[in-house]
Amino acid sequence: MAEAKPIICVRGLVTRFGTQTVHDHLDLDVRRGEILALVGGSGTGKSVLLRTMIGLKRPDGGRVEIFGRDLWSGDAHDRRAIGARWGVLFQNGALFSSLTVAQNIRVPFKEHAKLPPKLVGDLIRVKISMVGLTQEAGAKYPSELSGGMRKRAALARALALDPEILFLDEPTAGLDPIAAAAFDSLIRDLQRSLNLTVVLVTHDLDTLAAIADRIAVLVDRRIILGTMDSLLAEQDPWIREYFHGPRGRAAVLAHRAAQA
Amino acid sequence: MDVAVRDDMLDVRLAGRCTIDQAESLAARLGGVHPARSSVARIDLSAVTALDTAGAWVLFRFIHRLEGICARVDLAGEAPAQAALLQRMRPVLNERKPLARPAIWPIRAMVERVGRAVFTFLDSARSLISFFGLVTTVVVRTLTRPDRVRFISLLSHVERIGLDAMPIVGLLSFLIGVVLAFQGADQLRAYGAEIFTINLLGVSVLRELGVLLTAIMVAGRSGSAFTAEIGTMKVNEEVDALMTLGLDPVEVLVLPRLAAMMIALPLLVFFADMMALLGGAAMSILVLEISLEQFIVQFREAITDRMFWVGIAKAPVFAILIAMVGCYEGLRVEGSAESVGRLTTKAVVESIFLVIVADAAFSVFFSYIGV
Repeated sequence: MAEAKPIICVRGLVTRFGTQTVHDHLDLDVRRGEILALVGGSGTGKSVLLRTMIGLKRPDGGRVEIFGRDLWSGDAHDRRAIGARWGVLFQNGALFSSLTVAQNIRVPFKEHAKLPPKLVGDLIRVKISMVGLTQEAGAKYPSELSGGMRKRAALARALALDPEILFLDEPTAGLDPIAAAAFDSLIRDLQRSLNLTVVLVTHDLDTLAAIADRIAVLVDRRIILGTMDSLLAEQDPWIREYFHGPRGRAAVLAHRAAQA
Repeated sequence: MDVAVRDDMLDVRLAGRCTIDQAESLAARLGGVHPARSSVARIDLSAVTALDTAGAWVLFRFIHRLEGICARVDLAGEAPAQAALLQRMRPVLNERKPLARPAIWPIRAMVERVGRAVFTFLDSARSLISFFGLVTTVVVRTLTRPDRVRFISLLSHVERIGLDAMPIVGLLSFLIGVVLAFQGADQLRAYGAEIFTINLLGVSVLRELGVLLTAIMVAGRSGSAFTAEIGTMKVNEEVDALMTLGLDPVEVLVLPRLAAMMIALPLLVFFADMMALLGGAAMSILVLEISLEQFIVQFREAITDRMFWVGIAKAPVFAILIAMVGCYEGLRVEGSAESVGRLTTKAVVESIFLVIVADAAFSVFFSYIGV
């Protein structure tokens, strides 16, 4: 079971915007139960890769397989069914602004699960508590929440149906360092207790050091995959700059200290 | 699931998937388990292949219920992750705040809404008037410093409000003229007075319809664009950036739009008048079976210059109303993109409302001075 089939398998992915090629025959495997972080400089197509994996963008070439099935070979109905098996946290939360937090979390239940309303109400409370919000937050509208609380509420919605994969787009962007660290450990905890596979796009070196099992670096329209330690030995100039720059060094030191 | 009850022992063996799709039936089966008081319960999870939050919640509630009945509840065969997940359920029980706000008695809610609406209306009327005042002071200040007028911005707005609107305004006005002539001829024929269709057409188009319809179309087309443009700039903090650069948002954003609207709308009204008359003339010639010369003779008899000027004179006033409301609502945008959409709708409704109210006021005024 050690080398089981990857839960997400990207093969030969090509992405173009006009004449500009962003991904050139890119391959990436995500293993079940790991936290994989996608990093790269601005404009290297991290977010585009994430959007391609969740089916918001059709690849210009190549395949994306999730749960062993090609995302684009089936019809729209198949893709909808996959929607119940992953959760996505968008950068700014993307909570529906006309609904309260509780109603936001209720949306996926209504769409994909047939459960008695009382049980759904209980499960909404469970999710709200799991992401570290108080129950009062359930009746509030997104505009009444702080940035950190909004991210937690959006995470609760992403986790509503106990997805197997959780996609996070810059989960700690816009949070203060304390809230960001708390969010990192929340994701780590949830990943362990729910046995999630997590794919996250981030700029945050502390997040990388704290929670990523493997790191995929987008360089030259391809992916260089490794762990924090193996990437530190990598010779590519951008990767050297990234991990050996002042911020990278500090994060690595903190990571080592935490491990020791 | 396997349940065995012996004297004072309850033995529950769970097997298979305890996940969201099984949650309902699992809850039903666990709800049917009633152990004897102060027995010892043992729950074995070793055969559970998958446990998610929904399954854990159902299971946790069962355990919690047994804890109230049994002397002891033991959990066996649980994986560390499963135990951790079950532990996460505990805080939910202690804190049960309602997920929705308490509902208000419907009649009270209605009264509240009416009251709120009245005060909001008065409030926005007051702040709209103070906005008029603010813009007027800036206009006066700028008149003394004509070099501060932004001509390029002004011309580009004239182009967008006036020139770009010509096809749609022209087409609609032409069609209105056609409809008016046809309906007029149809009704007046009963009295043998078809020829007065031309009087009807001329008076109604020049005095009322040309200017009113153009103003309504421009309010929908350009007034809404003002709100959306300025509102988006507010959301992006561009307006704040202007202020930190020492620029006055009213001078930079409102004045060019206001001036452009005051230039473009009268011109558009003139164009609309001509197109409506053209449509009306074409239809009259067809249904009345008269020549163009006859149409012109009758038209000159029916219409005076004054009627034309009465219509055109309203245009600058309508222009001020549309531009002011559009810019005012744009500057009121706060925070999110959602409020841009809300206020854009509001701007269109308000400016059309004000245009029609002003038109009615003009009618009263003109009849009072006898024009």
